[in-house]
Amino acid sequence: MKVQFLADLSLRYKIPLRVIALVLLTAFTVTASMVFREYDESQRGLVAHAAGLGRVLADTLTTPMIHDDLWRAYEVVRTPQQRSSSDFETLSVSVVVVLNTDFRTFVSTQPTRYPLGHNPAERESDFAYVHHRLSTGDATAQLLIEPPNSDYLYMVTPIIAEGVLLGQLVLGYSRQVFTPRLRNLVTRSALVTLLVLTVLLPVSTWWARRLADPLVVLAAAMDQVAGRLPDPTIVPTLASNDEIGRLSHAFRGMLNGLHEKAELERHILVAERLAAVGRLSAGIAHEINNPLGGMLNALNTLRRHGAPDALTEKTVSLLERGLTQIRNTVAALLVEAKVESHPLTAEDIEDIHILVTATTDKKSANFVWHNRVSASLPLPSTLVRQILLNLLLNAVQAIDTGGRVECETRVENNRLVIMVENNGAHIPDDRLPYLFEPFATDRPEGHGLGLWVTYQIVQQLQGEVEVASQPGLTRFVIELPLPEST
Amino acid sequence: MPLASAAYGDASTISIGLTPVFLDDQLDFLKQFRTYFERRLGRPVIFIQRGSYREVIEMVRSGKVAFAWLCGYPYVRFMHEMKLLAVPLYRGKPLYQSYLIVPKDDHVTQSFSDLKGKVFAYSDPDSNSGFLYPQYSLLRSGEDPGTFFSRNFFTWSHRKVVEAVGVGLAHGGAVDGYVWDTLALAHPELTSATRVVHRSPEFGHPPFVARARISGMDFTAMQKMLLEMPNDPEGAALLKALNLDGFVAGDKHLFDRIAAMVRTVAENRR
Repeated sequence: MKVQFLADLSLRYKIPLRVIALVLLTAFTVTASMVFREYDESQRGLVAHAAGLGRVLADTLTTPMIHDDLWRAYEVVRTPQQRSSSDFETLSVSVVVVLNTDFRTFVSTQPTRYPLGHNPAERESDFAYVHHRLSTGDATAQLLIEPPNSDYLYMVTPIIAEGVLLGQLVLGYSRQVFTPRLRNLVTRSALVTLLVLTVLLPVSTWWARRLADPLVVLAAAMDQVAGRLPDPTIVPTLASNDEIGRLSHAFRGMLNGLHEKAELERHILVAERLAAVGRLSAGIAHEINNPLGGMLNALNTLRRHGAPDALTEKTVSLLERGLTQIRNTVAALLVEAKVESHPLTAEDIEDIHILVTATTDKKSANFVWHNRVSASLPLPSTLVRQILLNLLLNAVQAIDTGGRVECETRVENNRLVIMVENNGAHIPDDRLPYLFEPFATDRPEGHGLGLWVTYQIVQQLQGEVEVASQPGLTRFVIELPLPEST
Repeated sequence: MPLASAAYGDASTISIGLTPVFLDDQLDFLKQFRTYFERRLGRPVIFIQRGSYREVIEMVRSGKVAFAWLCGYPYVRFMHEMKLLAVPLYRGKPLYQSYLIVPKDDHVTQSFSDLKGKVFAYSDPDSNSGFLYPQYSLLRSGEDPGTFFSRNFFTWSHRKVVEAVGVGLAHGGAVDGYVWDTLALAHPELTSATRVVHRSPEFGHPPFVARARISGMDFTAMQKMLLEMPNDPEGAALLKALNLDGFVAGDKHLFDRIAAMVRTVAENRR
């Protein structure tokens, strides 16, 4: 649970935390090694000091011991404690005991603790250990004895006069003397660590933020991919070309790709639907047209040869008007591209200008016209004119009074490009996919076949339609490839 | 040590042997003491200190020093080899006592007999208060001073007896009562570690003596100076530092009690 929480923590916090951990680990290791060294050196210093002191005292003690002069011996052993120079203050002797060869106390700096003539090994485990070491080892050699589980260590120096062993001088040192020094050392390094941390923490936080921020944005964007595709611009652009820079770049590329794919899918979907609708309507139109022709012929025959009375005449007329409307509608649905038509000329296009100007004038519209087609093009003029007319009339209808309509025609890359735009009410996004479907109008007038027809013509000429609509600007761009043969 | 302003053997120099019958380890005080002597006597003065009474005693007996501040015990033993010069007045009397002291924590000991088998500190084998009196006391109570204590040792100074007992090195010690009292004023931390459990009868205070062959002039000059010390401010200040009231010419019978103890001890040794 806790581990999971740590693992889930944002890099923003993870990195500073890891920096702290590293600093602490380093400080701990360095301090530990310093403490160890200091302890080692202190101990070595103490041992050297104790050995020297032991030899001097042992030499001085020979005469008082030979003379059995207790007071002189006491005066000798208490000298190290009376003179505590500041340098050796921490190394001062805790206790000095002079032992006879039979391990009985001859004199000590603590006479009440080590009574004269008593064996201290009987009372204190430390001395029992010292006794054990002395009785098993070379009694004429100076020894550093560290009893196990003791706070003291002992420098034992033999007292020898003329080659005769008189006794042993035991100098006891407390290990506690190291503690203040070590504590001081630890305190000092803790302070230094704290100082380093106060500098490193803001730096590492800043650094972590720099490192983590793009990742955090990337991760958030990544989370969104499953739902609605995020805009590629939310991915930060980084100057660096390190892993994060590359990741950011790749992710942006991926988002772009996904967007393109989605766009393409939508196009295909729309195109497929329109194609299906087209096939359906063409089939229905054919099925309707045949009986329709027959019915109209029959009515015609009736009128011409049947001498109908007034009521019949009226009924026939009614039927004829209805059937004609059906035929017109069906004809409109059934776009026939194979209409005989002459090639498109600049004049054909200019005609449209004149035609539409009448409508735009009614709305006092600003009609901008750029016809950049000069030569005649191998495209059916009737159909192209119908496209232009449909688009322009739609545009004029969309604008308010005094609005703007612009039309541009040009040849580019062996394609005729028709661009029509207006600044009228824009087409809502949710309507765009159904824009080219028949009867898909939301306007009260018109049957909504204008764009359907336009689309069908473009499809039959293997062209492409593109619509972009946003508040203030709706633009239709149609590209029609020019056939190779001409 | 700047104790001598003239050569040791100079005829005009007055040599004075000192023993730890007073606090003789205060070198600064000794310097003032000597300067005072020199000015009053108009002669160079030299103080001579040794590790034991015995060496100073021998210097008086052999005439090596003109004067010495000794204990009553050597004086009664070598009365015919030295002249009594002056006896200090302590608390208005030329008398002092021997104290038996024990460590402060020892609340049991009341007398010498309680210290049987213990460790005992004597000051000097030629000291009355620090050796003769305890020997005498033990003999009087039927004990053998040689075996009564499990262990005994000499510190060669009364002050060090106080120290030895204070730290617990010895379970008891015999000390000059005047020294203990004076030490209590100068270094109470030393005496406060000990407790006085027994005070001896009064004995003649350790006297100043002169060698047997002393010139009458020197003897008189020296004695006069000592006796007149309380009369001038500087001398009075020195006496105050010594915790003494002055000096009297004294009489050899002051030391009769010590002489009696010497006899008792000598008889028991036979």
